[in-house]
Amino acid sequence: MTSPIKAEDSGSAAVLDPELAATTENAVAKGEKQPEGRSPGQLMWQRFKRDRTGVVSACVVIFFFVVAACAPLIAKLYGKNPYTLYAQEPDYPFLLDDFAMPTGSFGGMSGDFWFGVEPKLGRDVFTMLLYGMRTSLYMAVVVTTLCVVTGVVIGMVMGYFGGRVDYWMGRVTDFFLAFPQQLFFIAFMPVVTAMFVSPADETPTYLRAVAIILVMWFLGWMGLARLVRSSVLSLADREFVEAAKVSGASPWRIVRKEILPNIVTPILVQATYILPSTILTIAFLSFIGVGFVEPTPDWGRMFAVGADVYEQDPMFMFFPGVALVTFVLAFNLLGDSVRDAFDPKTGR
Amino acid sequence: MLQFLIRRLIGAVVIMFLIGAFTFFLFYTVPQDFAALSCGKNCSPENLAVIRENLGLDKPITTQFWEFMSGIVAGRDFPQGHCSAPCLGVSFDSGNFVWDSIVDRFPLTLSLTVGGLVIFLTLGLGSGLLAAWKRGTVIDKLVSGASIVLSSFQIYLLGPIVLGILVYSTGIMENPKYHPFTENPATWALGLLIPWAVMATIFTAQYTRMSRSTMIEQLQEEHVRTARAKGMSQRFVFFRYAWRGSLIPIVTILGIDLSALLGGAVVTEFTFDLPGLGRLAVDSSLTKDLPLTMGIMLFGAFFILILNIIVDLAYAYIDPRVRLS
Repeated sequence: MTSPIKAEDSGSAAVLDPELAATTENAVAKGEKQPEGRSPGQLMWQRFKRDRTGVVSACVVIFFFVVAACAPLIAKLYGKNPYTLYAQEPDYPFLLDDFAMPTGSFGGMSGDFWFGVEPKLGRDVFTMLLYGMRTSLYMAVVVTTLCVVTGVVIGMVMGYFGGRVDYWMGRVTDFFLAFPQQLFFIAFMPVVTAMFVSPADETPTYLRAVAIILVMWFLGWMGLARLVRSSVLSLADREFVEAAKVSGASPWRIVRKEILPNIVTPILVQATYILPSTILTIAFLSFIGVGFVEPTPDWGRMFAVGADVYEQDPMFMFFPGVALVTFVLAFNLLGDSVRDAFDPKTGR
Repeated sequence: MLQFLIRRLIGAVVIMFLIGAFTFFLFYTVPQDFAALSCGKNCSPENLAVIRENLGLDKPITTQFWEFMSGIVAGRDFPQGHCSAPCLGVSFDSGNFVWDSIVDRFPLTLSLTVGGLVIFLTLGLGSGLLAAWKRGTVIDKLVSGASIVLSSFQIYLLGPIVLGILVYSTGIMENPKYHPFTENPATWALGLLIPWAVMATIFTAQYTRMSRSTMIEQLQEEHVRTARAKGMSQRFVFFRYAWRGSLIPIVTILGIDLSALLGGAVVTEFTFDLPGLGRLAVDSSLTKDLPLTMGIMLFGAFFILILNIIVDLAYAYIDPRVRLS
């Protein structure tokens, strides 16, 4: 391209530009290879596409989300819902035997009930699973979003302002980290529900959902806040941030335009780990009986029933189990692949 | 060392006080009538008044808080009698002292947590080490694959399956049951073997992955290469140089995982129908027995803080660069 001598010859900077443009055009016309500019995002996408495990797990995860979103449609086509006690319907007289266990092999699997029927109550397992997936995923997405946003905001504030703000918010973060998480969830679920509804009344499902979200949000943001804080700290002294400061950019602009784009990667990777763990925590709460209750379809509740009747009807556990393991496995592998694609230096 | 311990213990006391204060005010400022809660649905006004007085709910909240806190340190008197030093109040539901209920249930949870911890640390670090040692071979692939799949399993999923195989269908083992350690260590271990194994499997899988990857990272470090170049034996370098370094990040994660471990013990109790602290916590939470719930919560926080201090001590032992003072 243009050598410094040539540039000097050309005299002023104003003339330099068109000449430079001309030489570049020349080079292109001659067929010389130009280094192709790629954004980090494009590079990441290219690396990700080559990772077969990552692509397959991404497909599985997307499949789960699509199925959950279309649950009512699928249930309509299939012709059942997760609430009806089919054993009491006149259409299906021999669904459960005298011990209230499904008649027929494999937990009562048949053309009418693809995944079998629930022992004791005789509900349809397939639609329970579909709607349970819907409950888990919706909740997990909400909780993850809230935790990520809170964590990013708090971490940014700590890292960017530093000093006393950083110190005291850091202490608050440490304090919340010292809570025994699961015990906290168990202990605070009734308190949070009691804030909205009198204990004598029945708690509506949506309030239970709100309570679960609040409780999990409350103790879910600290890890991410710490991560964001340390990333911001390492970026705050870099030249481009200083340049922005010198040029008079407002803190809001620096945070939004200079720092945030540089820490999207670790945030995204962290979020892919938070989501499945949220699903597991919600399942945990419902399993031990403080999360969702009858008749809300939920995975954790299905496991509670499944563990209860495992001796008589092991098949009931099978489909929810396979679904949960597949989903968590796919999501964990996806998280690993995303991390590898963003940052090829760290090995597994 | 002693200085470190004292400093950490003071820190723990401060954190316990803050957690106590936070929990107390959140619990007791909830716009609900506790007396009505503990009285049940058909409650006469006289009963209500008696309960209110017994619980001290007619006093201002700061007084209640002070009484609660001083009760923990010095004990306090209730209509039921004197509640000695670590007094966490009286259960709404049963009228027993909270501390007594906790002490009654805690040995099982402690057995589960510590037993599970020992098993998964041994197995997890061991298999991770093995996979890193035989990196790229069939053993490595087998161990890594199994750990990825198993880490997606859950205790409440694996538990019934193991029970189904070992207890229901073949009858090789008895249903898990808790016998106190002091009674007979052999029956204690045998009764908790299945819960331990199931709980440890889930954690082992995670720690295998972690220990393998940190080990591989360590083996690429320069001091390890130098040691090899000096002509030290592979085994010596592997265990004395690389392994020690790889333990540091694992111990850090272990400190974070302690509360998950307690959660794991709770799920294990539910899966195998064992009457431990987790069951008590859930039962109290469902009956809205707030003093009991709060007591368990504080006790759990204390337990985890103590475990954390132990982990920090281990940290200093592994990594001499960490100074305790």
